Amino acid sequence: MDTFFQQVISGLATGGIYGSLALALVMIYQATDVVNYAQGEMAMFSTYLAWTMINAGLPYWVAFFATLVLAFVGGVVIERVVIRPVENAPVLTIVMVCIGLLVILRSIAGWIYSYIQKPFPSPFPQKPLQLGALILGAHDVGAIGVTLVVLVFLYVFFRYTPLGLAMRAAAQNPVSSRLVGIRVGWMLALGWGLAALVGAVGGMMVAPIVFLDPNMMAGILIYAFASATLGGFNSPGGAVVGGFIVGVVENLVGTYVKFIGTELKLTVALAMILIVLVVRPSGLFGRVAVHRV
Amino acid sequence: MPAVLEADGVEASYGWIRVLHGVGFAVEDHGITTILGANGAGKTTTLRAVCGMVKTSGTIRFAGQRIDGKSPEDIVRLGIAHVPEGRGTFVNLTVEENLKLGAYTRRDRAQIAQDFDRVYGYFPVLGQRRTQVAATLSGGEQQMLAVARALMLRPKLLLLDEPSLGLAPMVVREIFRIVRAINQEQGVSVLLVEQNASTALELADHAYLLETGRVVMSGPAETLRKDEGIRRSYLGY
Repeated sequence: MDTFFQQVISGLATGGIYGSLALALVMIYQATDVVNYAQGEMAMFSTYLAWTMINAGLPYWVAFFATLVLAFVGGVVIERVVIRPVENAPVLTIVMVCIGLLVILRSIAGWIYSYIQKPFPSPFPQKPLQLGALILGAHDVGAIGVTLVVLVFLYVFFRYTPLGLAMRAAAQNPVSSRLVGIRVGWMLALGWGLAALVGAVGGMMVAPIVFLDPNMMAGILIYAFASATLGGFNSPGGAVVGGFIVGVVENLVGTYVKFIGTELKLTVALAMILIVLVVRPSGLFGRVAVHRV
Repeated sequence: MPAVLEADGVEASYGWIRVLHGVGFAVEDHGITTILGANGAGKTTTLRAVCGMVKTSGTIRFAGQRIDGKSPEDIVRLGIAHVPEGRGTFVNLTVEENLKLGAYTRRDRAQIAQDFDRVYGYFPVLGQRRTQVAATLSGGEQQMLAVARALMLRPKLLLLDEPSLGLAPMVVREIFRIVRAINQEQGVSVLLVEQNASTALELADHAYLLETGRVVMSGPAETLRKDEGIRRSYLGY
């Protein structure tokens, strides 16, 4: 039973990270109908920035928040410079641009930092937490906490601030938004910035688990896709819940289904994507999109 | 009466197809002006030209200032509110959020709060449905919401694009009554574009008739209403 709870908790920890990245994907998807395939690499690059600052001697949390700022600015700049020129191009063009961005970011990271794995520190104590008979990794519990803080922050921002409202409006109805004076282009850029910030949090939380290397997000992005698909690509809350579910299921299947173990875990994510798309394409919390033609 | 909006020689095209061939008109300050015309005459494009949503040549002045070539976002900030064709509702947002967006460019919080009360006074049904998602409103209620959203700007000029479209005559009458009240009580100038000529001519003081991108007739609404040709072609009796 203890193993079960431990696996659930560590599943929730990685699940929260999948959920953050899934949320970043959904935020951009809702605003632009485009899946940002470079989301994982943007997070990876941000994590390298954090690593550089920590190595230069900055305290962890200073580096953490500085990274969030840099990630946000980076996201805005990428949207303005790379995405803006193809804004009105067919979806396939934008997808190609995102994939190009993925390759470029990965190569630049490899060029600057090499492809050798680096350890990335956790801000939480090494010593596991003991709750009765239950032994929990402090980083797992901390990562869950950080994820929840980010989610609450985003919820409050989108729900209760005028800027959050304007961003939702711009995503939904760009024409009407312009008519009430919202600068839609900038809202999209801010959306990219926020998505990059959320992704950076995920990157910094996952790096102590998987180690830092330019390819570290490849697998995690697939889990994030599974999370977003499961929760529904048009439901931000669903993406997060999807993340937690994927994290827990992945861990439990890896532990209890012997032939899967750790090697075939990623297949579980792909199987989940497939099952959701066949059984309930809109996801658990998504709405079926109805397009007037 | 001085004109708040003056357009002169306005031309506009969609791709290769020219829709407006030098349209000129004026909207009196504190007045209600209507532009009538059949489907495809260029009425909607005329409004889009005013609010900067299509590229135009010619001049458009608002309160003496050139606004042609400005972006819609900047034109809104001058005090021109546009109720677009098809209402432009933010269907996934609540009624209250839709109205908040109407006041997006304003920073005077205290007055915005007052304007909520004012707007709910004009449209009590919106007050009742404040927390409802706009998609759940009826067509008439969504049209009211569109007008209410525009009012939240505290505009100097209100552009209305076919507010009667697809609505029951009773609802149309109600909306037009409120537009008149807004015009008289708040001194908002109105430019109304309509296919429904008889209702529009009752409401307006001044009217223009648009045919295939040109103004073919203009004058006091009273005069146009009595015109033989208009009566036959547009009023249908």
